[in-house]
Amino acid sequence: MKHGRYPFIIGFLIVPVAIYVTFVVAAYVQAFQLSFTDWRGFSPNVNYIGFDNFVKLFHDDTFWKAIRHHLVLLIFLPLFTIVLALFFSFLLNVGGGSKGGKTRGVWGSKFYRVVFFFPQLLALALVAVIFARVYSPDDSGLINGLLNQFGAGPVLFLADGKLALWSILAVLVWQGVGFYVVLFSAGMGSIPTEIYEAAALDGATRGVLFFRVTLPLLWNTLQVAWVYLGIAAFDAFALVNVMSVDRGGPDGATTVLGLEIFRNAFDYAQFGYASAMGVVLFFLTISFAALTMRVTRRDAIEM
Amino acid sequence: MSTINDTAPTTPPGTVRYPGTGRRSSSAARDKRDLKLFSSFAHIALAVWGILVIAPLIWVVLASFKSNTEIFTHAPFSLPSKISFETYRTAWSQAHVGRYFLNSVFVVAISTAGTMLFGSMAAYVLARYRFFGNRFLYYLFVSGLAFPVFLALVPLFLILQNLGLLNTYTGLILVYIAYSLPFTVFFMTAFFKTLPNSIAEAAIVDGASHTRLFFQVMMPMARSGLVSITIFNIVGQWNQYLLPVAIMQGQGADQKWVLTQGIANISVSAGYQANWAALFAALTLSILPMILVYAFFQRQIQAGLTAGATK
Repeated sequence: MKHGRYPFIIGFLIVPVAIYVTFVVAAYVQAFQLSFTDWRGFSPNVNYIGFDNFVKLFHDDTFWKAIRHHLVLLIFLPLFTIVLALFFSFLLNVGGGSKGGKTRGVWGSKFYRVVFFFPQLLALALVAVIFARVYSPDDSGLINGLLNQFGAGPVLFLADGKLALWSILAVLVWQGVGFYVVLFSAGMGSIPTEIYEAAALDGATRGVLFFRVTLPLLWNTLQVAWVYLGIAAFDAFALVNVMSVDRGGPDGATTVLGLEIFRNAFDYAQFGYASAMGVVLFFLTISFAALTMRVTRRDAIEM
Repeated sequence: MSTINDTAPTTPPGTVRYPGTGRRSSSAARDKRDLKLFSSFAHIALAVWGILVIAPLIWVVLASFKSNTEIFTHAPFSLPSKISFETYRTAWSQAHVGRYFLNSVFVVAISTAGTMLFGSMAAYVLARYRFFGNRFLYYLFVSGLAFPVFLALVPLFLILQNLGLLNTYTGLILVYIAYSLPFTVFFMTAFFKTLPNSIAEAAIVDGASHTRLFFQVMMPMARSGLVSITIFNIVGQWNQYLLPVAIMQGQGADQKWVLTQGIANISVSAGYQANWAALFAALTLSILPMILVYAFFQRQIQAGLTAGATK
């Protein structure tokens, strides 16, 4: 049986490993290398400048703006999305009360779940185009068109620096909630009904059920959700690139690191500087994920 | 918390609550009223979110039939004055939505097939064969999950340029495959590990080669996992925006754009040409197939997309 083992193993691995190393591993390794150069893509010899790119980054206002926006997204995107998704999935799963000792979901819960999930299937770029129109400052926009019906003045969702980032955040929440409703529903479905019954017999109200039974038993799923949404908060490129005024505007009010990387790389040909931003973004994401896992770690509850 | 403590003393030890006593039935009635109230509240809350989700999509479809003037002067949800598919013809041919759509189909069909083939080949070997370097390769693949694609953007551009693959379908497809491998390998390795050994052993006793064992025994057994990850990859690659925007640039690139890129560009140019109806038609054309596919496969799609988070 030894016969042909190694040729087989090598034969199966060679193509995937070659593709992966060429386009992924090599790219990431080079990114770290490039971040220490001032290379702009033209000269044949690459000039190493140490940590100069990172020092420059440290004094770059746009960079700090982007970081601030990521912080806002990092706090409020998971918060809004998870609270809404938890609320809806709780209503869907136990909103129908109990019959014959079994907690039931509300009537039509399957339909709601299907509808809520749909935006997840749409490309973020497409969603961005839709909402750029929804937010349109004139009467052609969905919201301002409706407001106009009631005689209310136009709201400049994307052109107002104070509103723009929140408008973009709302789109991310709009798209994301359904996914987490499905995720949490699956988690709630796996909680044994006996626990609910026992709690209900003890006279627990729905609020108590939610905070004392559902939430602790759903902890692992919540943790995953928080990490996912946090990572999404470090992206938002597609939305900002498509929706925002002047790509990242007005006046840098919505810019994110992804957009700055893209702009520096392909508009200004600042390859070294863009890579340095990428390195910072990498360390930010990875420390966020590690920190979240660590801070929220709890002993798993045996079921 | 308080409720548990409140109710405990009302039933002193030794007291038995008999069904049918006055207290019991009145509380049951109250419970029922309570439930009805809660249930209607639940429905209202759920329906509001449902409307928030659907309304923009319906609005897009309605606007796609309106003239520019109607879009600006009529109420958002007013019906179009006449049904004409003129805007759709414009969107499909003049705005090239048709071409972008077919480009996307072409690229995603090949890249997802490639991802699944190469991904499961690597995952299978890593999951079921012991050899020197196995762990190293596994972690090399899985570590790809930790890096943001933005970090790779510049070098990726340069690598493709050096290989002469910039602005080519081959380049885009290879990149799609490469960046889908970490998750595919991660998921499928775990899946192949769960498959029973006995059947594999029986096949080997029967004289099947390793390759045959993989294609004719293991792949069919791994079908449920393969379906989930295939859906995951189709949706992920279909919706990809950053990679095509970075790779498909240069002379004549607009001929090869994929749908996300094309629509985003139409959105920009619609502003200059003030042809919003065509943009709405383009949007409808790209949303509609998703709705159709979702209507038929919503269970599989939900399972596939949440596969990563539940494992």
